[in-house]
Amino acid sequence: MMRHRTSSLVCCVAGVAVFILAATARFPAASPVESIQTPPPQARPPQQQSEIVLSLSGEPGARPRCAVPDFIARSSDAETADAARLLGVVLWDDLAFEREFYMIPRDTYRSIQAATSMQTVPFDRWRELGADALVIGSVEKTGPTSFRVEVRLFDVRTGRSAMAREYNGSTSNPRLYAHTSADEIHQAQRALRGAARTKLTFTSDRDGNRMGGTVQQRGVKEIYISDYDGANQRRVTTTKTLNLYPAWSPDARTIAYTSYETGFPDIYLSLIYQGIRETPTGGKYQNWLSAWSPDGTRLCFTSTRDDNSELYVMDRNGSNLRRLTNNPAIDTTPTWSPSGTQIAFTSDRGGAPQIYVIDVDGLNVRKLTTESYCDRPTWSPAPFNEIAYESRTGSGYDIKVYTLATQEVRQLTSGEGSNESPSYAPNGRHLAFSSTRSGKRQLYTIGRDGQGLKQVTTVGNNQTPDWSR
Amino acid sequence: MQSRWVSNSGWLVAVTVAVVLSGACAPKRPPVAMPVQPPLATSESQVVPQTPPAPTPVPVTESPMVMPKIPDDPMASRSIDDLNRESPLQPVFFEYDSAALSAAARGTLDANAAVLRKYPAWAVTAEGHCDERGTAEYNTALAERRAAAARTYLVSLGIPAERLHIVSYGKEFPFDPGHAEEAWAKNRRAHFVITSK
Repeated sequence: MMRHRTSSLVCCVAGVAVFILAATARFPAASPVESIQTPPPQARPPQQQSEIVLSLSGEPGARPRCAVPDFIARSSDAETADAARLLGVVLWDDLAFEREFYMIPRDTYRSIQAATSMQTVPFDRWRELGADALVIGSVEKTGPTSFRVEVRLFDVRTGRSAMAREYNGSTSNPRLYAHTSADEIHQAQRALRGAARTKLTFTSDRDGNRMGGTVQQRGVKEIYISDYDGANQRRVTTTKTLNLYPAWSPDARTIAYTSYETGFPDIYLSLIYQGIRETPTGGKYQNWLSAWSPDGTRLCFTSTRDDNSELYVMDRNGSNLRRLTNNPAIDTTPTWSPSGTQIAFTSDRGGAPQIYVIDVDGLNVRKLTTESYCDRPTWSPAPFNEIAYESRTGSGYDIKVYTLATQEVRQLTSGEGSNESPSYAPNGRHLAFSSTRSGKRQLYTIGRDGQGLKQVTTVGNNQTPDWSR
Repeated sequence: MQSRWVSNSGWLVAVTVAVVLSGACAPKRPPVAMPVQPPLATSESQVVPQTPPAPTPVPVTESPMVMPKIPDDPMASRSIDDLNRESPLQPVFFEYDSAALSAAARGTLDANAAVLRKYPAWAVTAEGHCDERGTAEYNTALAERRAAAARTYLVSLGIPAERLHIVSYGKEFPFDPGHAEEAWAKNRRAHFVITSK
């Protein structure tokens, strides 16, 4: 009995102590440690996770105004100095991308002397600039190829730190520290899953290679991947043939794509981090344009194995293949609903191609669009319930979005060039698409409200992007 | 031994010569002219009976199954790349957003079928193409439909289906990179490529 009461008394005292600590906002000296790579087990004092989250806000009704100056370089070599500058820029861009904060332009920071440590930040100067939130970071070289990066999010009015993170990792991809920080800030402050660590995959002809063995010397197209903001663009295929319609698996470890390397289109699964390739269709018949189910276990694709373009569903290893559509018209470009129970697709069974929806068991086909020409639907992820597609407007195409609950259509692009092949970001707030507005076909991202257009590629012709988790 | 064989062969030769000479000197019956029965005489014409023409000598062939060799056939000896460069099989063109064969297209396919019958060893792939105005995704299926239409028609003319393959390239490989109807009309086609011979 006594022991019981004593332990409960101790809990009370501990609870009060935590509350007092939090109320006086004296942040623990040892910040919670987060590592990019698997950290070695360390003995750390047990910490009570504080349930009190300091949420930053701006003027009522306005977004919090946020500033991100260059990071503090704690080591004196050039690599650290470059990383410190780069991290400030990338984190600013990442936070600006979701438009949850109003990001104060960086050229206005010139008047404020750069802080040399986390403890000597001139908050009053930042307050003069109108900042509500301030991100101060530092970079330190801990070894020939390793960095320690510390990031703190401050409430400028009170000088209190709302969030602190420390990352230990390699020097090979410094941008990832900024991307991770941005995602953590969005998660903690706005309960939002940011897109800063997501990737794009797309088809590009930038290599300029020609296919061998044909008289016409046709151009080659290869599959590429890149960060969501266009950095780190890397080629995935080297088959020197036509490689089209890449699609990320939901776990972002596999890309399904269509290749003509046998002379006929077929679907291949490339496990890009293992260097393995799978052929679930077994090289039989002609198959193209595959779409992953939301749980990553199945693929829906177009095939002419029954002498017409129809949709088929199979497990990712090729088993349980069954036919979905049964109509003499062309049925193609499938996309799954987030619940995995319906598939939207393009069909010309009514004349011109339009967007239709079918249940995954093949029943209940219904038509969604009644425009002149619609193609390539892509179903938004939760919590939104809408389908983006390309629609003919004049001589080119524009991206439109059909809201399922209200059956309303809104247009995202307005006739600059021809805008095609939309793909949703995993948080549903942005779309990637291709556009000829700058001459060659390039990839862009745009918010689902049509704001925040950003160009992602600049080299060669790039088409049919797909956005990973 | 040898001397006896020589004397025996000498006898053989003499007998043969005698037989031949007797055959050559034997009196031959002259060919009998068989007069053609004149048709019933009409008031207009008097048909003169004519002798049938002498039969022309048929050249003796070593083997009756050997066809006479036709010299200078370029198709038989060229490589596949050379053949495709000359396009012995003409492409067929389509209307915008359509995979229907026009009368002109059917005529072209009739001619192509004749070429294919002449060279029964050729295997051919019909490529489907679209012009740049459609969307890439739908055009892959539309181009497939164009190639399939051409193939179906050729099969209906009797070309074996195993010799004809189809592939769709959508709008990936336009033949004319221009941006006007003259270019687009050239790109909406089913294009034939010889893949083996």
